[in-house]
Amino acid sequence: MADNIWIIGATMTRFGRYPDLDCVDLASETALGALADAGATMADMQILAVGCLLEASNMLGQHLQKQIGQTGIPVFNVANACATGATAVRTAMLAIKAGEADMALAVGVEQMGKMGLLGPAGRERAKPTGFERSGRYGTVMPVEGVLGTQLMPGVFAQAGMEYASHHDGVGFEQFAKVAEKNHAHSTLNPLAQYQKAFSLEEVMGSAMVAYPNTLLMCCPTGDGSAAVVLCSDAKLKTLDPDVRRRAVKISASVLTSDPYVESDTAQPDVSTLTKNAAAAAYEQAGVSPHDLDLVELHDCFATAELIHYENLSLCEPGGAGDFIDRRGPWRDGQTPVNVSGGLISKGHPIGATGVANLYEVATHLRGEAGDRQIEGARVGLTHVIGLGSACAVHILEKVAS
Amino acid sequence: MQMSVVDYLVLGDEPHLEANACTSCGALFFDRRNACARCGKVGFERRALATTGVVRSYTIIHRAAPNVPVPYVSSVVELDGGGVVKATLVDAGSDPEKIELGMPVRLTTFVCGVDEEGTEAVAFGFTPA
Repeated sequence: MADNIWIIGATMTRFGRYPDLDCVDLASETALGALADAGATMADMQILAVGCLLEASNMLGQHLQKQIGQTGIPVFNVANACATGATAVRTAMLAIKAGEADMALAVGVEQMGKMGLLGPAGRERAKPTGFERSGRYGTVMPVEGVLGTQLMPGVFAQAGMEYASHHDGVGFEQFAKVAEKNHAHSTLNPLAQYQKAFSLEEVMGSAMVAYPNTLLMCCPTGDGSAAVVLCSDAKLKTLDPDVRRRAVKISASVLTSDPYVESDTAQPDVSTLTKNAAAAAYEQAGVSPHDLDLVELHDCFATAELIHYENLSLCEPGGAGDFIDRRGPWRDGQTPVNVSGGLISKGHPIGATGVANLYEVATHLRGEAGDRQIEGARVGLTHVIGLGSACAVHILEKVAS
Repeated sequence: MQMSVVDYLVLGDEPHLEANACTSCGALFFDRRNACARCGKVGFERRALATTGVVRSYTIIHRAAPNVPVPYVSSVVELDGGGVVKATLVDAGSDPEKIELGMPVRLTTFVCGVDEEGTEAVAFGFTPA
């Protein structure tokens, strides 16, 4: 077994709208913040990994480095859908595991602006001129809205409804309860994009987007960044006692893609790769789902969170509806889920999300989460999934270094 | 003149879907293939699929691009004898109480667009059987 990897610095911006800043500004803020938190400087870093979905092809990592410390170290620009940030962290981590670095900086950042819930696909399409077949399906015109939907709100709605089709006691109300919880949790998190509680009736009564997901059950678009500084076991032993005291161990880091299932021809399967990642992570860390003090999982839509209760083994098979009905994932429940407010209320600047999850869990394990602190938290799990698909699961632990 | 909107929809007297079936493991695909996602082999044959199946999942879309009429029902249909496909449920209304998971459906076709030369694009959907 290779040496442990530690998080010794972590920070994030509040998620929201920053029209006057660019990705380099947002990333600089968290990179410098995480370095300061770790008591380190860019001169100590031997690798930089930057996750940003929309600007990964612009050499964003190098632009960042030119603002905060142009030291000539290897820079990785990472894109992996909604798993982008977590993949950047894992890239930095693997360099330490491989022995190429003993300290590394990973940054996730995104600036989505007000692109709208459906992104570019929500805009008016040009009228077809002459029909001609193109692409891998030989389409003659855009088929979104013709052959059903492939946009995110509908895809995750259908993933949720498929779960409902197999399990009694799962329906609109159970999905809505997920959003009620996450909005309530966000009122304690000053870094959340929205910090407003809504009643179950308000959640269910808000504008329908893709049944059963109403507007209050969909994550917003937004801007933001998060960063972590990682180091090896050997390096940690040489650092300041206060840095060592606050260090958080990465007990498991797993990245999966979606293995073949027959229904891939209709839409990506979001469950199998999550189950696989979770099983591998529990084994790597040597912990069970019952050991978890908190979980930050990928609630891009309320329907997604509900099925991930089962995918991450937080409830019995088929028991996700019952789990939310008995408030198991509330902050005072059996396994607190998304005490940050989750993507639904904290926000989801794509590249930043996976790093922000690690920041959230690490902050609880350090006992520094303020009003939203889960008391005595020792073990936490983070999960992100990007459609296409990529899933990353990390397990963090507070242990004596 | 009419054209199917995707090449895996075959028009004619009995419109149906046609898949690329892996000659080695039988996995079905609707796109142009380089090799099989399940077994990695490269041989495929065209296979006509059933026009009946069941609704495995659905959503009712209320927010879409400006020129997509809403609400409409998007569904995942499992075809009898194999094949899983995404399609719109035609004539299903927009009341979740009236759409049943597991409900039997059959394939239907409809005109979904006309180009400047008057050629009609024909799409498939499913309707309660």
